[in-house]
Amino acid sequence: MSVTLNRVRRAFYMDSVALMQLSQAIGRLPGVTSAALMIGSDNNKALLGDAGLLAEEGAAATANDLIIAVTSTDEVLGKDALSRAESLLERPVSNDNGATPHAGSLGSALARLEDANIALISVPGEFAAAEARKALRRGLHVMLFSDNVSVAQERALKEDARTRGLLLMGPDCGTALIGGVPLAFSNVVPGGNIGIISASGTGLQEVSSLIARHGGGISHGIGVGGRDLNEEVGGITTLMALQALEEDPATEHIIVISKPPGSAVAAMVLDRIGASTKEFTVCLVGLDRIDVPKNAKAVPTLKAAADAALGGHAIGTDFDAASLAQKICMERRSAAGPWIRGLYSGGTLCAEAQIVMRSAGLDVASNAPVPGARTLAGSHADMHTAIDLGADEYTVARPHPMIDPSVRHDELMAAAGHPGTAVILLDLVIGYGAHEDPAGELASTLDGLELPLPPIVASVCGTRGDPQGYESQVAKLRAAGIHVAPSNAQAAELAVEIARHASL
Amino acid sequence: MPPTLSGQLLRDGPKVVNIGLSGFARDLRRQRVPVVQVDWKPPLITDSRTAEILETLSPNQETEKGAMVRSIEAANAEALDRICAGDPVLVDVQPAAAVLAGFPDRTVLHAGPPITWDRMCGPMRSAVAGAIVFEGWANTLRDAEGLAESGKIEFQPNHHFDAVGPMTGMTTPQMQVLVVENREFGNRAYCTVNEGLGNVMRFGGNDAEVVARLEWIAAEVGPALGAAIRHRGGIPLKGLIARGLSMGDEMHMRNAACTSLFIRELAPALAETAGSGELLASLLEFMGGNDMFFLNIAMAMAKATIMPAHGIENCTIVTTMARNGTDFGIRVSGTGDQWFTAPAAMAQGLYFAGFSEDDGNPDIGDSCIVETVGLGGFAMAASPAVVGFVGAGSAADAIGYTRSMAEITVGQNPEWTLPSLDYTGVPTAIDVLKVLEMGIEPVINTAIAHREPGRGQVGAGVVRAPFSCFEQALARFAESVGAI
Repeated sequence: MSVTLNRVRRAFYMDSVALMQLSQAIGRLPGVTSAALMIGSDNNKALLGDAGLLAEEGAAATANDLIIAVTSTDEVLGKDALSRAESLLERPVSNDNGATPHAGSLGSALARLEDANIALISVPGEFAAAEARKALRRGLHVMLFSDNVSVAQERALKEDARTRGLLLMGPDCGTALIGGVPLAFSNVVPGGNIGIISASGTGLQEVSSLIARHGGGISHGIGVGGRDLNEEVGGITTLMALQALEEDPATEHIIVISKPPGSAVAAMVLDRIGASTKEFTVCLVGLDRIDVPKNAKAVPTLKAAADAALGGHAIGTDFDAASLAQKICMERRSAAGPWIRGLYSGGTLCAEAQIVMRSAGLDVASNAPVPGARTLAGSHADMHTAIDLGADEYTVARPHPMIDPSVRHDELMAAAGHPGTAVILLDLVIGYGAHEDPAGELASTLDGLELPLPPIVASVCGTRGDPQGYESQVAKLRAAGIHVAPSNAQAAELAVEIARHASL
Repeated sequence: MPPTLSGQLLRDGPKVVNIGLSGFARDLRRQRVPVVQVDWKPPLITDSRTAEILETLSPNQETEKGAMVRSIEAANAEALDRICAGDPVLVDVQPAAAVLAGFPDRTVLHAGPPITWDRMCGPMRSAVAGAIVFEGWANTLRDAEGLAESGKIEFQPNHHFDAVGPMTGMTTPQMQVLVVENREFGNRAYCTVNEGLGNVMRFGGNDAEVVARLEWIAAEVGPALGAAIRHRGGIPLKGLIARGLSMGDEMHMRNAACTSLFIRELAPALAETAGSGELLASLLEFMGGNDMFFLNIAMAMAKATIMPAHGIENCTIVTTMARNGTDFGIRVSGTGDQWFTAPAAMAQGLYFAGFSEDDGNPDIGDSCIVETVGLGGFAMAASPAVVGFVGAGSAADAIGYTRSMAEITVGQNPEWTLPSLDYTGVPTAIDVLKVLEMGIEPVINTAIAHREPGRGQVGAGVVRAPFSCFEQALARFAESVGAI
């Protein structure tokens, strides 16, 4: 028997990451089956309702209130959990060092930093467009980290921004590198001659990190938002970013990363590229048969994009997936199943893995399928799978797996214990914004598993300059028996080879 | 071709306003990138027109409303200047009938926005009955209530006569009022003399003890104080309050320092004019035994100080906040004498032993006039002791209250400074536009009255001026300036 209990704190606001951390702590209390602390907006109430976490009290809450919701096997334990949550709210964990007094509004922030030129906005989606509009009116460029902004709002914001000559990066833009400064979820990379325009946050992270780790440097990385090249948005930000990089004397080579765009928009962007004096690499993930202008090269994967910008094959040239797979399979102690289980925190990394599997002739299913892949309904299927654990259905009332890799635990344990598994394929994303030690977290999870494990293959997206340190993360993975490839594409190739051996 | 703005962003590098997740600001600070964190909260707006009007009136050079926006900014700056330029001086104590211009007969002035007898809360009704008996318009409380109900007594807000009164705020013709003159502008404001603690009319007390004390104030205290103040040529209040702020008063819930400073200022003149040593002793005991004696002086001072900021065209500054125990009301400089009201809230705070929120009356009194000039809740940083009393917590919380009020005000008062904030001035001139845009309601420090008549104070706390009052005021303002 299970009970759902809600408690409402009137007129209480806390940012969602802090709330998610509290939700997790409460979810681990005895007798609690699930827990969520959320601001009582209509969106959130619908989410709680779908999750079976909404009771009468919570349903009556407003967007100014905080809902504490638990489901519990036991009413007394459930109530204890609510009380515990309330006491934790009284002493919130500060996300900040507290040294600098904060502003209460955009207006007072501008009074303190008069020459501010960009607003980084990460408020809940339903309020994000209004905040972005205010920032544009104050003459600020905007990086809109928030998601849940409608396409219509995105179009309107971008038109407004274009009229003002301002760059609107996003929505759902997690990554940018402006003048060498990583914003939000980004990696520390050296300066250089390669500019990147990306509709994908992890795409930008992977390509910029690969370039950085292989001797290249980045001038700027501009995130445009995942839908910028859709017909509805029309590539407004991409075209403005192209112009900005065109003007930038440091930028010699420009990489454009996106999902396959609408055809009219693609034509417009390719025209613009053709009119440029600079060299281009166009990575429309999954699409390699595309006519590009003479000054451009089309590539299907992120690794290929980095390679091309570095002037040819540069990344992991001594990495031999086939012989490594043979060695791994000989050392394997457990019985081998046939399937690759890809468990991803980065959406575009997940897409890239599918492309590698598809081009090796494998049938793959995903909750975020690339063209040619199948749609995965549950988390298992009798075929190869690549799951994007950062997709909406996995992040309702839970942190993103890049922030808290422990949300991957359940899937990892299920895959490890399943007889059908040939190999587990993972990504680790480090850098600013990401978890402080994802490799350590993963190693300690695996340490707790007593089963003989199937081979695990991973890549680390990040650089030696990142706070977590690329080398130290790789070393921790290797110490835990994980095979680390020099790029995500090569990790996927290795997984493919292992699966081939397993099915021999 | 000139460089684009986005090209310029790449050249200059980011200087960031971070709105939302504070971890991003922390990461940028570590990299020594200039960044300001905005602590974002969801807007409180309930009226869909509010957002539209705010957008129309938001600072933006490009719209055709740009000229209007600039004239609002200029009007608000003028209001702040007038508030800061005020020179309030306590000049006299007189019967209300003698000094309140056009005070009609058989009229009871009360706290807050206008209200009829049938909607008055318990403490207000019983105070009215006591005031009628004090005036001699009825002999018993029962008759007094009958008279009030009959419609033969007129009720009007103190504010309609440039007066203010704490809690129930009774002002009737024979009551003694403090007269504060704003010498810079020549206007005067009034407030009754504080009656002391316990069973008093401001908390709804109306029995023989209460009426007898009012009679004594009318016969002895008022005339004696008035004589001493006149003898001394008035007592300037601005500097006295500045010193009080540095001694831990915020002039709403704590007036201990200013009461002492005031007695020190007045004592020599009082000794000369009182005549008898017995009267002098009783006056000093009366004032000295009540830490809140200065509150009423501070209220008349605040009213005299804010009055010149009222009635400025295109001005969105709040010039009145007041409660009658049923409704909370505000008036705004640019919208004239219209009140914008919402139900009075319950204060959040601490209750005296034996009392709880069930005993409390909704928010009541004109005393929040002090918040309109940057004192009370706005000056909480001056008064960490009050923060504890009102249940808000630490000294850091006190500073937090003051800082957040800086978000909704036009500027600072350079003469009233706060030691704990490196002598920045108290946040002054509440702007309706900022309240709505920030979603921050003005904070008010307040006493809590028992909901039953005559039981006195049962606690103290903080209360917020209701957002809805500001939304209504904005809608009216926008109509009047043609913004909608």
